[in-house]
Amino acid sequence: MWLNQFLFFAAILFCIGVYGVLTRKNGVLVLMSIELILNAVNINLVAFGAYNQDIAGQVFALFIIAVAAAEVGVGLAIVLLIYRNRRSINVAEADLLKG
Amino acid sequence: MITQLLATEAAHAVSPPAIFDWVWLIPAIMAASFVCILFLAKRLRIDAHWFGIAAVGACFLFSLAVAGSWIGYVSDASHGEEALAPGEQAAASDLFVAAAAADEDHAEEDHAEEGAHAPSVSCLEADEEVDHEASAAPGALAFAEAGESRASPCPVVNQVSWFDNGGPTEEGGADINIGTLVDGQSVMLLVVVTFISLLVHIYSTDYVHGDRRYTHYFAFLSLFTASMLFYVLSSSTLQMIVGWELVGVCSFALIGHWWEDRPNSDAALKAFLTNRVGDIGLLVGMTILYFAAGKTFDIGAINEAATTGVISKNTALIASLCLMAAVMSKSGQFVLHTWLPDAMAGPTPVSALIHAATMVVAGVYLIGRMYAVFYVGFGIDGGTFNAMAVIGGLTCVGGGALAFVQRDLKKVLAYSTVSQLGYMVLALGVGAYTAGMFHLFTHAIFKACLFLGAGSVSHACHHSFDMKADMGGLRKYMPKTFWTFIIATGALAGIPPLAGFWSKDEILAGAGVWPGTGGNGDYYVPFIFGMITAAMTAAYMTRAVWLTFFGEYRGHAHPHESGHRLTVPLIVLAAGSVVAGFLNVPSTLPVLGSRIGLWFEHQVEPAGIASFPTISHAKASFSLAIVATGVGLLAGFAVWSYYKRLYRIDRHAAEYTDHWIARMPVLRAGHTLLVNKYYLDHLYTGVIAGSVKGWVARAAYWFNQNVLDGVVNGVGIGTAAVGRFVYKYVDQAGIDGAVNASGAGASESGQLLRKVQSGKVRQYAVLMFGAAAVLVGIFIVAV
Repeated sequence: MWLNQFLFFAAILFCIGVYGVLTRKNGVLVLMSIELILNAVNINLVAFGAYNQDIAGQVFALFIIAVAAAEVGVGLAIVLLIYRNRRSINVAEADLLKG
Repeated sequence: MITQLLATEAAHAVSPPAIFDWVWLIPAIMAASFVCILFLAKRLRIDAHWFGIAAVGACFLFSLAVAGSWIGYVSDASHGEEALAPGEQAAASDLFVAAAAADEDHAEEDHAEEGAHAPSVSCLEADEEVDHEASAAPGALAFAEAGESRASPCPVVNQVSWFDNGGPTEEGGADINIGTLVDGQSVMLLVVVTFISLLVHIYSTDYVHGDRRYTHYFAFLSLFTASMLFYVLSSSTLQMIVGWELVGVCSFALIGHWWEDRPNSDAALKAFLTNRVGDIGLLVGMTILYFAAGKTFDIGAINEAATTGVISKNTALIASLCLMAAVMSKSGQFVLHTWLPDAMAGPTPVSALIHAATMVVAGVYLIGRMYAVFYVGFGIDGGTFNAMAVIGGLTCVGGGALAFVQRDLKKVLAYSTVSQLGYMVLALGVGAYTAGMFHLFTHAIFKACLFLGAGSVSHACHHSFDMKADMGGLRKYMPKTFWTFIIATGALAGIPPLAGFWSKDEILAGAGVWPGTGGNGDYYVPFIFGMITAAMTAAYMTRAVWLTFFGEYRGHAHPHESGHRLTVPLIVLAAGSVVAGFLNVPSTLPVLGSRIGLWFEHQVEPAGIASFPTISHAKASFSLAIVATGVGLLAGFAVWSYYKRLYRIDRHAAEYTDHWIARMPVLRAGHTLLVNKYYLDHLYTGVIAGSVKGWVARAAYWFNQNVLDGVVNGVGIGTAAVGRFVYKYVDQAGIDGAVNASGAGASESGQLLRKVQSGKVRQYAVLMFGAAAVLVGIFIVAV
């Protein structure tokens, strides 16, 4: 039953990530929480790939790592710009999408 | 027996010269010139007049050749051995040539004696039996100078079938042929038309030089000439109608040549519309004749039907009256003459052409063409009074009187034309056929000279025709114009030995009233009219000549003699005015009489053929000639001395009639009547057109208001009611309701949803995860 351990671990990691995204006001911490969520998904993919003797899971995991790197790059740039404009990286204040 | 005899004699018959088969080329050349000018002149950068002059010159030469051939043909026919057979080459080709000649056996010495005429020869190709019976009375054909026993050849007809209707039957129509008819009358007019037209063309190159529509002008001049030639050569009544209308259209175009000015286009319209009145008469008359003569359009056949009594006298009378209406409009006879003076609005050379050779002589020509019909219809033989003679008489006196009160030189000449046309109609009305035709011939020459002379004068006086304001004393400045004008005036006034004298004298003799003249009847009233006109003509022409050429110059221009292209035609025409009269001197005239006496008559007047009535010829009378000339000279002298006296009182005065007239109420009334042209224009435009216009307008207004507007209003009210209903219930309640409801719904839902959109990213994330959790819950429960 070694699959369950990975799934439990991934679920915990995911929940921590979601909690971080929903509660942190610091933009950088939000980004880091998103990394947690993505890595939880990676663990799931690798675990299922190993369990099913299928390389596709690992390939997907590699893709996500690459996309996550890009996402962090973009995300940090956004945070940096928000900081430049507002002298603050509090995401609660960034409500310009209000209709 | 007779048939065989005639068949052998047919070999001796004179066949018409081949040139007669080609006369159709004459109008064709002019028509081609019209087309060339229209389509080529500007493109090839050639002046339009070269086409016109070349064409009309060729036509003139051709016409002279035709005339020469005709003269030869007439003399061959007259001097032929015996009775010649008719229609011997009838079957020669599909173009049939009917040629025949025969005698007219009235060798009686007394012209006035009637009833002794031998049967005439039919010129018709068909029904040879009839022909033989008719021509079975051979007689002497010697060219007797006094005896009148002569025979003319039949008109040479060349026709092609246009519509073959299978011949006249009970239910079917006659074949419609077009072609040419060559006889003395048409040959005479061919020469006159091409001659005058040639001179007018040459004259125009200077007169309308630099005109804004020079090409257009020459194109229509060509078409005008072509139409007239086509009309003159017509072989059927239908063709005549076509030519008649063509001439009318061309005159419309030329009178209105300077249409930018309102009076000119009005004058053109007036000419056209007045002619339309007469055209109805022409159509009705020709239709009557078509049926009365047994369904034929052939001019010869209709005339023959009239002389042989196929057309009853009453039918002929009705047809003649209808045709007379046409003549009245076209030839400017009294009551329908009003367009003719207004036609002066056109360029002067056109006036010359209209008044001398084309347009207005078409009416007189029509009488000559259908002379048998008129002769029978009006009972010219032995009568004292008939519609044609009276209309002619009224016209020549009425037109002449109007000429006295005109200030405009061209209008004097226009009324003079009216008056002289009246003379021609009078002559034909009293049976003096040759006199009428001869007057047409001479008048064409001297009237063209007068008109062109007037044009030359106005050319020198800033294009004014006002004799009182802008002329006077011009004889010193323009001697050539002056002398040619004087010669033509003398010819018009009937001064011997100029052209007008001979023709006018023949007409007066033809009335048959003067002792020793004979003639067809005792036409007292026309004779008196003719005599009065002889005096009036001399008087008003003297007035015009004085005002134009004598006294002191009253205008402000610098008058000068016109150029060669203007004066040469004048000199040619003046020479013509001198010699033309000698073509038809009386046979009793010493020296000349026995040589060239009645030459014109022998060429032009048909004798001894059935398509022409047997008319009696009046003898010339010296006493009549002296009296008529004396009357003219006296009247001219009276006017002359009046102006001479006036000149002595005031060298610059144009007239002092006004004082005179103011003092005498009768004169004043007459003067007012003349100045207002007998109130005919008022009658036509005011009373006739006005009254018809009035009730037609009222009826149309009523119909418009009550019927048309009723319908329109009803439809409008109904539509409005339906519209209001639709607005209220369908549009406002239904459609607008749905639209408003959807708008309100969208607005309300928007108001609700906008609260969700806070712009806070974390809130969105909460919603997203919450929603995902809910979905997961649903899947788990559901699966």
